[in-house]
Amino acid sequence: MIELRDVSHAYGDRPVLRGISLDLAEHRIGIIGANGSGKSTLARTLNGLVVPDSGTVRVDGRDTRRDPRAARRRVGFVFSDASTQILMPTVAEDVALGLRRVGLTADETRSRVDAVLDRHGLLDHRDHPAHLLSGGQKQMLALASVLVTEPDVLVCDEPTTLLDMHNARVIERTLRALPQRLVLLTHQLDMLQGFDRVLVIDAGRVVFDGAPDAAIAHYTALMDARAPSTEPSGLREGPGERS
Amino acid sequence: MNVLGLFVPGRSVLHRLPAGAKLLGLLALVTVLVALDDHRAGLIATPAAALACLCAYPATGLGLRRPLRLLLPLLPFLAVIALFQTLTGDPWAALRVCLLLVAAVLAAGLVTFTTRVSAMLDLFERLARPLAPAGVRPDRVALVLALTVRSVPMVAAAWQESRDACAARGLPAWPHLTVVPVIVGMIRTAEAMGEAMTARGVD
Ligand SMILES: Nc1ncnc2c1ncn2[C@@H]1O[C@H](COP(=O)(O)OP(=O)(O)O)[C@@H](O)[C@H]1O
Ligand SMILES: [Mg+2]
Repeated sequence: MIELRDVSHAYGDRPVLRGISLDLAEHRIGIIGANGSGKSTLARTLNGLVVPDSGTVRVDGRDTRRDPRAARRRVGFVFSDASTQILMPTVAEDVALGLRRVGLTADETRSRVDAVLDRHGLLDHRDHPAHLLSGGQKQMLALASVLVTEPDVLVCDEPTTLLDMHNARVIERTLRALPQRLVLLTHQLDMLQGFDRVLVIDAGRVVFDGAPDAAIAHYTALMDARAPSTEPSGLREGPGERS
Repeated sequence: MNVLGLFVPGRSVLHRLPAGAKLLGLLALVTVLVALDDHRAGLIATPAAALACLCAYPATGLGLRRPLRLLLPLLPFLAVIALFQTLTGDPWAALRVCLLLVAAVLAAGLVTFTTRVSAMLDLFERLARPLAPAGVRPDRVALVLALTVRSVPMVAAAWQESRDACAARGLPAWPHLTVVPVIVGMIRTAEAMGEAMTARGVD
């Protein structure tokens, strides 16, 4: 269980999260919201990558401010751009990297790495240079590299945004089949079908929290109200947004 | 593109030899070839070594295209060295130096093609271990080396992207147009990689 209590955060003098309190325990949780609304920052607080300026985040009772490592062991994180997440030259080495701190023997490491690669359709590529994989395979590798450490919760920040439809589907199916709890940030609203709970974030606040269909309706209405219907200059003047 | 001519999987004797033995062999070979005092012996041993290394490629299942591709970029340097040495009066020395370079590059290639980067890193980790009392963390040394290896294709890709961006607007890829985007891109990538390392518990 991840508990957020009155979490606020700012970059410089720019508030990004404003007093968010949540208990995240459901099996499948979605987070949606416009670019720059604060989704990624919120997600980063869940495993201590961002420690909020005020308020607390607890993962299984442990404060991420005091013990960020414990949070990271429990909460795996997958970013949208897999190529920056792959840290080692070859596929198998990248998966093995996360196991270094676990202190397994070479044989144990190898068998665990191979099992994960096999499960994610990458075993044939185990010794290939990771940077030569296709976009979909890279994202699968990023996922495998996180899953090999067996986190309880997986947070995925727009894992399919950079992928074509086929690869996005493959990733989606993989995510659906995971036994782990999942927190998914996405703009692909159809991925939220069957989720237990979906949060809508707007300007650093949770403005809706409920079932997927109702959340999507809320989000759509919010965006419709905001879109200037005729002006061509309809891009939100959102400050240098980061994905 | 395979910038570093990374590991090619296989089952040959060379593949199975430990990384340390191969590096030691490489070092020994080059040292002997350089140190051979007798000119005539050098002129026999060096081409023999180069030829042996070349033959080792097909013998270990690496084919002949890989060594040729390794040697190709060496040619202009060889030409310059040969010319220079010949002008300074010793064509035999010129021949020997060129052959030495060819042999060394071929031998080094054999080691890289048949050794996993992870095996190499483990070796460096072990070599750095005596430095641990001085505050050096051997696993860090290995990680930094791995990241360096990993970054080469990334820099190459950033460079290519920036050149393409110029081309797309009909501009030549002048350095002053490409350098800044490449550096900015690399800094952003480095930030993201740092964050990924933290997220994966390797900080
Ligand atoms: N590291 C950072 N430094 C400064 N500003 C940031 C940083 N990360 C995000 N921001 C800003 O915070 C706001 C929210 O960003 P983010 O959480 O990434 O939103 P989302 O994921 O919903 O697009 C954006 O305006 C963004 O520009
Ligand atoms: Mg984002």
